[in-house]
Order: sequence, then structure tokens, then C-alpha cells
Amino acid sequence: MKIIKLIPLLFLPILLSAQVEQGDVLIKNGTVITITDGIKENTDVLISNGKIKSIGEGLAAGDDVRTIDAAGHYVMPGIIDAHSHIALDAVNEATNVVTAEVWQGDALNPFDVGIYRALAGGVTISHAMHGSANAIGGQCQTIKHRWGITDQYDLMMDGAPRTIKFALGENPMRVHGERYGLMPRTRMGVEQVFRKAFSEGKAYMEQWEKHSANKSANAVAPEYDIRLETLADILKGDILIHCHSYRADEILMLMNVLGDFGVNKICFQHVNEGFKVAPELAEFGATASVFADWWAYKFEVYYSTAYNAAILTKNGVVTSINSDSGELIRHLYHEAGKSQKYGGLSDNDALKLITINPAIQLGIDDRVGSLEVGKDGDIAIFKNHPLSIYAVPQYTIVDGIVRFDINEDPADVRMDIDPEETAPAFFEQGGHDHDADGCMHGVFEQLFEKH
Amino acid sequence: MKNLIYIFLLILPGISFGQQIAKSEQGTFLLKNGTLVTVTNGTKKADLLIKDGKISAIGETINADNNTSIIDCTGKFIYPGFIDSGCNLGLSEVGSVALTQDYNELGSFTPHMQALTAVNPNAVAIPVTRVNGVTAVFTKPSGGRFPGTGSAISLHGYTPQQMYAGFSGVIMNYPSTGKRNRWDRRSAEDIKKENDKAAKELTDVWSKAILYARIDSAAKASSKSKEGYNPGMDAIVDVVNGEASILIEVNKATDIKAAIKWATEHKLKAIITGAADGWRVTEELKASGFPVITGPVLATPSRNSDKYDTPYSNAAKMQKAGIKIAIRTNDTENVRNLPYHAGFAATYGLGKEEALKSITINPAQIFGIADKYGSLEEGKMASLFISDGDPFETKTQITKLFINGWNVPIESRHTLLYDEFLDRDPGLESKK
Repeated sequence: MKIIKLIPLLFLPILLSAQVEQGDVLIKNGTVITITDGIKENTDVLISNGKIKSIGEGLAAGDDVRTIDAAGHYVMPGIIDAHSHIALDAVNEATNVVTAEVWQGDALNPFDVGIYRALAGGVTISHAMHGSANAIGGQCQTIKHRWGITDQYDLMMDGAPRTIKFALGENPMRVHGERYGLMPRTRMGVEQVFRKAFSEGKAYMEQWEKHSANKSANAVAPEYDIRLETLADILKGDILIHCHSYRADEILMLMNVLGDFGVNKICFQHVNEGFKVAPELAEFGATASVFADWWAYKFEVYYSTAYNAAILTKNGVVTSINSDSGELIRHLYHEAGKSQKYGGLSDNDALKLITINPAIQLGIDDRVGSLEVGKDGDIAIFKNHPLSIYAVPQYTIVDGIVRFDINEDPADVRMDIDPEETAPAFFEQGGHDHDADGCMHGVFEQLFEKH
Repeated sequence: MKNLIYIFLLILPGISFGQQIAKSEQGTFLLKNGTLVTVTNGTKKADLLIKDGKISAIGETINADNNTSIIDCTGKFIYPGFIDSGCNLGLSEVGSVALTQDYNELGSFTPHMQALTAVNPNAVAIPVTRVNGVTAVFTKPSGGRFPGTGSAISLHGYTPQQMYAGFSGVIMNYPSTGKRNRWDRRSAEDIKKENDKAAKELTDVWSKAILYARIDSAAKASSKSKEGYNPGMDAIVDVVNGEASILIEVNKATDIKAAIKWATEHKLKAIITGAADGWRVTEELKASGFPVITGPVLATPSRNSDKYDTPYSNAAKMQKAGIKIAIRTNDTENVRNLPYHAGFAATYGLGKEEALKSITINPAQIFGIADKYGSLEEGKMASLFISDGDPFETKTQITKLFINGWNVPIESRHTLLYDEFLDRDPGLESKK
């Protein structure tokens, strides 16, 4: 047990180095959309030492503090994406149906231009997720878009709760069932993968509890297993579950399994058929992170509706809109606007889908997701209302540092350039992948690519 | 008995009947007091009469007879239906299920594959698309050098022939020197080798095609029948002769230049499609006189070194250089987002008016169907919609939809699921 207690110490240098740059900014005369406290016209926001120090009229700061004139502009909390795969070198450890031990924090890539492109869409925080190849995938990492830093660990949002990726349905079924001939090949099998893993995690937890209670000097410790240790942490409620899911039946299944093991912290991701079981999701206290309008790219999303976010919201489910895509992450403000076309959400309810609600789902709503004194200085400033098609992000601020400024926006922002590349690679364009969601990144390229 | 059926039809929308969409109705409709955004003749308050499938009159005050249904459009806007100038709509039902995909036949030279043959008039995505104001699309095959022939279709009808909107064009994928995607590990040398090979194959195919076209016209002149069966060559004879359109998909700057040179040398009636790098070669595109169908606008830049807004601003840069442009989604199930692709282009330099043209009159002109579609004008087909605001704005609702004069219900799988599940009954088991 002592060894386990020491393990967090190993990470201490990392946590200490995560004390990244924090800045001061004064934003003058904007239309401030606080999300939690209405809209304030002609109002200033002062960020000091990376935190919101005050919101009010006629605020002043020292001469050395950068001042942004936001007259005629909209000032809102930095947008939060609860499902993304940008800034990652690897996404899927598709070698076992349970890989709870792996962690996206080990695969962060601060040089991905996707980070800058997300900033140019007002997004300050994203949830760098493991893929959906495995029923119990790896642990994820909530990151701040501190474009310009070079230490991968400086991307991490220090203090953000641990999260883990689960996946139901077609993806684990085809990777493990179809490809390897291992359970699960069906949604029945998926349930049993969870029950087995949780039972093993529970037994492991109990062994260690028994051992800790044993005062005998001769007591032999159980074998340490980082996978089981992680499963035990899930059962203890120390790790938030984010579960890739589509169909109503599998969503109900996982809530039943979690209920049996006394776990209640879960955000269903994608959850295209969440609208069918919205009352059950609300009763369980589960949250939902959805696409605005993606559907029909695979069979399990054929019976979808773009009204999903509105139905879930109106049934009392805390809902967010995510990207799962390096493309969509650049205009989540527009994606949120679709909840007004499809279901008539109010401006504030629509903006909550990309601010405070994803913050709740990531367990960081005490820090970000609204403009309140004491919260982090993460802000997006728009020309035109952010839900309008004519909205243009002007500045994106992370911890009081301006990380995107439309007036100082070089054509080529790359920090990591391949010296052997004579001309930058050109990638043929298309729509989104028609046969996969972003969660399968890496799996098909590594395992299934036909040469 | 007939009356009973009508009563039944009236109450039908209230019943969830296995998720069926209500029938469209045809007739004479007078749209009163709307703001007409005609595209070709400005914006004005006027009445619009729909009769025999066409816009039969536009005027300050039009009187209705007894057989005319009057639709009050006070405070509302009337737009010509939007046209997506490039997509796979109707050719794919479920993205990951290969057997539901009909846009990619085997082989590299298959210009005789007809998209119109495989269009499923009952594809679930069609109503989903049209309720957002998209009334026609150019749906096309893809993959291979000459994957087939695409067709413009109206998004209403029960057979492909009923849907056909009067234009078909051969698709060509010009040899590319770009990477296929981010995981394309081919070296620059390998890409060049493959491109050289593709260029040589193209030269060979085209010399054969020219020869075939000569034989064809000689045979026609002497009214002799040609020997052998060669449907591929037959499909491109008119293209070789410069009489039929060829849509050339090409995206990288150097490839666009090469494609322009090739099409010009062969005196083709070319339409450049894709053109992700169009903004880099505006001079060459302008000089060629070829129109450009570009998009998707909502796309990531093609190079890591490109500015984040490159795909947003590309259309504007080409339009400002004097090139005729149309905007496409290149999508399947989300062709409904066409107004947003145009809206982003409008925001990033194109402006509302030109953006509107790029999804109405411009594609109609490029496809040679502007006598029927693309604007609100007397005599054109009544493919239009009524909205409560600017249709580029995300929150705007479309309240009525007409396609070729048919009053099409604003219903799709997505709206029907909303109606059924917003207040689900029974709700929670435990509360019953």
C-alpha cells in the first residue's frame, strides 16, 4: 500500500511544472454574456493573474496591462469541448477490450495546429479523449489550449478531475468481436465485459482494504495491478466516466450496470438515441454530450434526430455539444446555434451547451464555463452574436493570456516543421469521414488499412 | 368515401404512424404579402402565384380564384430553393454499410455509370435535406479517374425520372499530387511516380477517346453502326466533342493549373470542382473561363501551413477575381447544411448576396438549367421556400416548401422523432 501512496509523488514534478504562464487583461465595454448571471451591456472584465478579478463598469488597470476594446463585441466564457482528439499523438490502444491503465496525458502533442484552429473558434478547453475501440478504454485528459508552449504536460488543466473513456455498440463489437473473435461481438457481450471488469475491480479493492486493515507486520500485500487499481478508482467514484454510446438499449444497460455497482458519475458521449431515454437519463443523473446534427454515418446512428440536444435539455438532462472532430471544433458556436433551429432553445440555453454544461461534465464548473469573479480568465470575444452565422471570433484568451488575436494572425502558425518536407503537404479535402466517427482514429489506420 | 379519406389525412399528422411523412399536394397557391428575394430581380414585397408547377405570376396584388389556396406570407420571406452543386445524396443510405452505398463502382474508367440509375427517391436523407430549403442537388459518383455521370435532381418525386432536373455531367478526378489524407505515408517521390503514371494513363485514355469520337462521327455521317460494345467511350463522346460538360475534381494549386491546361488544350466544356487551392490560382482560373464549384466551406485547411480560415474565404477570393462560383457540401446526410456553408462564405468575404447566388442562380447557370431554376421569376418552376428570416442564420425556420409546384410537408425523420419523443408517453416507469 505504501508503494501506491508513493506513486502520486512520482507525478509531483509534472504537477509542479504545470504552473504555466498566467496573464492580466482588461476587456473594455463589451456585451458580456456571463451564462450564469445574464447579459451585461457596456461592461468591462478584468483578468488578473489568470483569474477574473472583477466584472463591472469603468474598470481600470495598470498601464502595463493589455487592454482590449470590445465595444460592439460579445464577450463570453471560453468555449469548452467535452469530446475531442486534437493535440494527441495516439488515440486508440486497441489491443484489449479493457485498457483502463493507459492515459492520454502521455500522448499529448502541443505542436498540433488543431489547437490553434480550435482557439480561432473561441475554444479554450477540450477533453482529449481516448478512442472507442475498447469497451473500457484509456483515461482522458482535460487540456487548456495554451498554444505556444512546448512542454506537453503544460497543456494539462491542473486540478481537472480524472476521466475515462468507455465505449458501447459497434466500435468495440467490430474491433474485438469481428476482428479478433473475442467478446464482445454483441451488445449482450458488451454488458458482460463491464460486469466482469467491475467485479474484478471490486474484488481487488476489497483485497487491498482487507490488507490495509490488517495490522500484522507479516501481512503480505496483494499484487499491485494498475488496470485493476484504475477500475477500483472508478468504483470509488474518483474517475468520471465518459461513455461513447448511441443506442437507447445500450444506454439503459450501462446505467443498470453502474447502478448495481453503486457508480453514478457518467456522461454519455454522442448518445444519438439519448432522446429516446431522456427521462431515464435525467432520473439517473447522467449527462449527455452530443453532436449537433451528425447522423447516418453508421447504422447505429440511422434513427437519429438533430432535435436530440433540445429534447434532452427540455427533459432536464445536462447536455453539451461536442466536436469529436478537428473540423467541428472550429465552429462549436455555430453547432450550438443548431439547437435553436432544431428545438428552439433560448440563446442562453444554447450557449450553455458549449460552456457551463461541458464544464459540469468534466467536473471543472467551479473553475470555468461562465464569467464570474474568481473563475479562470478563459474568454472568447466575438464580432456579432456567437450564435449568429455571421459571428467571427476576434480574441481567445486562456488564463489571461491572449492566445488568438485576429489582428495578429499569421498565415503559417506551425511550430513543428518537418525539415525534409520541401513543400508543406497538401491533403485532399472532403467532407467528414463517411464511415466512422472521430473515435476510431488510429484503429483503421493501424490495423485495418488495406495496402 | 372520398371525404372520409380526406378527414383521415387531416388527422394523420397527429398520429405517429410508423414514422411516415405526409403526402405532398399539388394545386394553385397564392403566396400573399411576402418579401420576395428573387436573386435576379432584387428584393421586393409582392404576391406570387404557383400554378401548374410553375411560378405563373409575380405582382403587387394578385387575385385568387376559388380553386386557389391562399398562404399569408406577411412578415415572411420567400427564396428560390437552394441547389447543392455537388454531393452523394440519394446514393448512400448508411455511411459504414457498403451495400447501401451506390456511388463508387469498381474500375477507373467507368463514365457510363449513371448516378440517376441508383438514386433512391425514398432515401431518408432526402426529406431531411429539403426541409432546410435545399430543393435540388447535383448528385454524383466518386472514386476512380472517371467514376461516372452525375445528375441534377429535385428533392421530390417517386422515381429518379420524376426527380431529374435537366442536367447530367461526366465526373473526372484529375490526377493529384497531394496526399490522400493525414495518414498517407507515401514519400514525395512515390507520389510523383504515381502521378506520372496517372498522367500517362490519362493521355492514353484520352487519345483513344478522341479516336473513338472520330469513328463515332464518321459512323453517324455514313449511318453505319459502330462495331463492338464500348459504353464507357460512348458516355464521353459528347464531352470529347466539347458539347457536354465535364466536371473536373481538382484541389491542389499545381494540379488545378495542369487541369486547366489539359481541358483548354482539348477544348472541353469544363467545370472545375473542389478547388480547395482556388484562391492561389485565381488568375489561371479566371483566364480559363471555366466556372468553379467549390466546397465544402466547413472544412479544415488542406495544409498545416494554411491559415485557419482558408476554406471559409476561398469562395470569396475566387468570386472577387471574377470567377463564377457555386458552393457545394460534398456531403450525403448533411447536405441540409448547405445554407451554413454559404453563410460562412458570406461571413468570410463573399457577402450575403453573392453567397446566395452561389447556391441558387449560379449553379443553375453552370448546369444550364437557369430557365427553370435558381431564382424567383415568372415561368420558372415553383421550387422555393418561405422562411421567417435570413435562411443563412442558424435559428431561422422554414415554414413552407414547394418543389416543382408541390407543397411539400416540413417533415422528416428528424422532425417526426422530435414530435414523438419530446414528451415521451409513457414517461418514466417509476412515475406511472
